[in-house]
Amino acid sequence: MSKVRVLVGTKKGAFILSADGKRDKWDVSGPFFAGWEIYHLKGSPVDPNRLYASQSTSWSGQVIQRSDDGGITWAAVGNKFAYDGVPGTHQWYDGTPHPWEFKRVWHLETSLSEPDTVYAGVEDAALFKSTDGGATWNELAGLRGHGSGPHWQPGAGGMCLHTVILDPSNAGRIYVAISAAGAFRTDDAGKSWKPINKGLVSSFMPDPTAEVGHCVHHVAMHKERPGVLFMQKHWDVMRSDNAGDSWHEVSGNLPTDFGFVIDVHAHEPETLYVVPIKSDSEHFVPDGKLRVYRSRTGGNEWEALTKGLPQKDCYVNVYRDAMAVDSLDECGIYFGTSGGQVYASSDAGDSWTAIVRDLPTVLSIEVQTLA
Amino acid sequence: MSAEGEAVPEVRVVLPQHLRALAGIGAANEVTLEVAAPVTVRRVLDALEARYPTLGGTIREYGTGQRRAFMRFFACEEDWSHESMDAELPAVVAEGKEPLLIIGAIAGG
Repeated sequence: MSKVRVLVGTKKGAFILSADGKRDKWDVSGPFFAGWEIYHLKGSPVDPNRLYASQSTSWSGQVIQRSDDGGITWAAVGNKFAYDGVPGTHQWYDGTPHPWEFKRVWHLETSLSEPDTVYAGVEDAALFKSTDGGATWNELAGLRGHGSGPHWQPGAGGMCLHTVILDPSNAGRIYVAISAAGAFRTDDAGKSWKPINKGLVSSFMPDPTAEVGHCVHHVAMHKERPGVLFMQKHWDVMRSDNAGDSWHEVSGNLPTDFGFVIDVHAHEPETLYVVPIKSDSEHFVPDGKLRVYRSRTGGNEWEALTKGLPQKDCYVNVYRDAMAVDSLDECGIYFGTSGGQVYASSDAGDSWTAIVRDLPTVLSIEVQTLA
Repeated sequence: MSAEGEAVPEVRVVLPQHLRALAGIGAANEVTLEVAAPVTVRRVLDALEARYPTLGGTIREYGTGQRRAFMRFFACEEDWSHESMDAELPAVVAEGKEPLLIIGAIAGG
């Protein structure tokens, strides 16, 4: 029988939630790395027992942990993230030049074919790659060096590269997203990159349609339709049908188009999920109601999913990497909140239950569907 | 023992709990390290990281080798955080009579 393993990164450690394919009884293990911020955990699709975790604190910096047994035991691997050459400057919040400084790993993306190959999206924004199971890391410097880096600036969470998407149909194609620079694509495995932000409009910028500077919060892709991308921008939900060459807005009837997460149903490439957030200053759900919105039409037409979710006095946020889907026949959807709840739906979002309610603030959610 | 066969006093180092856990040191409150004279913060950290490689980058930055901003060093009730890492520590630290304290700054969270 299939199993599901939910990897939860929180502000004070990691947790692993496990269930069989019915997804009605959950085992909770952890905290792992108690007291440390775990920005992200990710398992290899080739070897599901190979897990990587990003562990950090402001005190002691970055550590990368690796497990070869599905999270039962862990060992620290390499944590030396050195930018290629002299990294130069990016814009500070006030527009002045600010030195590029490594702070932490936001996102780990495992190779689709090699368990020892893993990518790390970091703050200050850059993309690193390891081909030896995390022992050593090298920057794919073409991204930062493609020319627009001096114009990138931090979002409220820092200048982070938070999204890495590997195209399963094209080994050379990688998408990344940076707050606040925008989305970028390489077609030659990271040697050269181009901004893919045409169609994005950001009113906080002097030129709202500039090539870079957009605060992209998250991007999602269905693995069987890799040319179609969905984006939750700071404001606006966007769609691209040409691998990011251009975007158009699909916010439609959402109550607010500000938010962080966006994801795609495992079997229905036109079914999307977002969690609208009231505004960029309030950072909690509107009207005290936690509502996931689903579109079955690839955007524009959205329905609120509320069954099992709190519909009064709720003021949580859902961070950009804190939603994921499983690939069981009846697609499961999972998300974690700033209040420490992890909600799961085993019926594509029609109804929800809390797997756990009282974890530390949830920073990230990943799901592994195990045979 | 030194290369000349002389006994080298062991320097005592107290680490914060989160670094003891990371290094797998266990419940021991402090570790002891052989550090050749002159005993300095840099030499103590070199010995510490050689013994526990997972502590690399957690107390001082890779690249610059500078103390991380939220880590501090104390010895004999004095703050050594802003001294040169090559300054010689007090003899009682070199002799293992007093520990070098590596402490996470109190910064909330």
